[in-house]
Amino acid sequence: MVQAIGHLTIGAVRDLGKTGWFLLYSFYMIFRRPGSPVLILKQMRFIGTKSLFVIVLTAGFTGMVLGLQGYYTLAKFGSEGLLGTAVALSLIRELGPVLAALMVTGRAGSAITAEIGIMRISEQIDALETMALDPFKYLVTPKFIAAMVSLPLLCAIFDLVGIYGGWLVGVKLLGVNPGAYFYEMEKAVEWRDVYSGFVKSFSFGVIIAWIGCYKGYYAGHGAEGVSKATTESVVLTSVLILVWDYFLTSVLL
Amino acid sequence: MIRLRNVCKSFGSQKVLDDLNLVIPEGKITAIIGPSGEGKSVLLKHLIGLLQPDSGQVEVDGESMIGLRRSQLNRIREKFGMLFQNVALFDSMSCFENVAFPLQEKTDLPKDEIRRRVLAALEDVGLKNIENKFPDELSGGMKKRVGLARAVVLNPKIILFDEPTTGLDPIIKRAIHQLIKETHARFGFTAVIVSHEIPEIFDVAQNVAMLYRGKILQHGSPDEIVNSDQPAVRQFISGSLDGPIQLV
Repeated sequence: MVQAIGHLTIGAVRDLGKTGWFLLYSFYMIFRRPGSPVLILKQMRFIGTKSLFVIVLTAGFTGMVLGLQGYYTLAKFGSEGLLGTAVALSLIRELGPVLAALMVTGRAGSAITAEIGIMRISEQIDALETMALDPFKYLVTPKFIAAMVSLPLLCAIFDLVGIYGGWLVGVKLLGVNPGAYFYEMEKAVEWRDVYSGFVKSFSFGVIIAWIGCYKGYYAGHGAEGVSKATTESVVLTSVLILVWDYFLTSVLL
Repeated sequence: MIRLRNVCKSFGSQKVLDDLNLVIPEGKITAIIGPSGEGKSVLLKHLIGLLQPDSGQVEVDGESMIGLRRSQLNRIREKFGMLFQNVALFDSMSCFENVAFPLQEKTDLPKDEIRRRVLAALEDVGLKNIENKFPDELSGGMKKRVGLARAVVLNPKIILFDEPTTGLDPIIKRAIHQLIKETHARFGFTAVIVSHEIPEIFDVAQNVAMLYRGKILQHGSPDEIVNSDQPAVRQFISGSLDGPIQLV
């Protein structure tokens, strides 16, 4: 019993150390050998451009539902005019970065793990090593850079589409004054809010690349190993995003 | 020269290499034979530092491979080429890109020179007009040959072959053995071949080592192995069911 607990604890600490080392080494490699621009652009296309559709779709509906819910709440106080502010602040500070990151986790994070995991089990990573090449340069750093660039951009698009989603419901359907919607928003949203959203989405990009690559890099054996790694990757990334989001919000607020 | 001294390696409770000693002479073809699951691939991966021994020493040209930093390890690995048991071609690249990859990453050769060398290497292994195909469009034998081309394209000093002919038809098998012999005669590299091809491998290799129960049971010229008086070696070579090697 005691032995089992000790064994589990040592295993957990070792995993934690390995995960931390993976992140540090990735950053070291980003500055030393970032990988070829072609690879980075390819990854940006995969993580960023190809996520656009799902981001726009979710952003639109998120904004629309915020419009509905916000209107319902604000109307109780007779302050429907603040709907634009409510929608914009919730999106920019919170929902934009988090939901965009969760969507990218589901779409690209899982794919990153599966791709690297399959390369691991089919010895392609070993093959790179035998050629005296650092696998990080080809597999990990391009994904880090692409995710760190793409996430803030996707988040900005999410915010914008969401604001217009709220506008569609609030102004077009429920009859909020269009001038008030945007004017109050402009008055209330500060640079600080945008900045905190940016910091969040940037760090979520790091988390997605980090956990996605790590889980794939150390995938177990066979198809089952890869499927397990992919599941773990998506779950862990999502949880980490939410935990880190709370932490960042409390620091940045 | 590659020297392994007192190498031990376990996976969990299973001891794979047990105080193994072996010297692989320079410029010769050394074959490693032995029953399946005895750790021949594990042994091969120790030579190039893909696996580190639990204890013992691995030396390549007098330099230890143990406990090195990545940059030091990579400097030694530049001497190596390796063909994996399951080939391990990069499946997101075409055959041409696979063979060109080491050249692009390790040399400053101009594009058309790389192209020339890649096509020559592919032709050497008897492949033509497949350079734009992807690995999963090829048969097992063709993949092996592309892997072979990738392993030799940089003219490394030491080449490790992990079952280069397993699963191939007899003609391709012979062609690949011929190819290894010819390129070896031409470039004089050190070769280590893990193989089950008995008796053909005795014609290819100048040195044969039999791995059994985590140790090198016997190491010598093909003649010495063929005329061995060790019961396990005799049984393995004759493929007999009776003897010290048990299936289960």
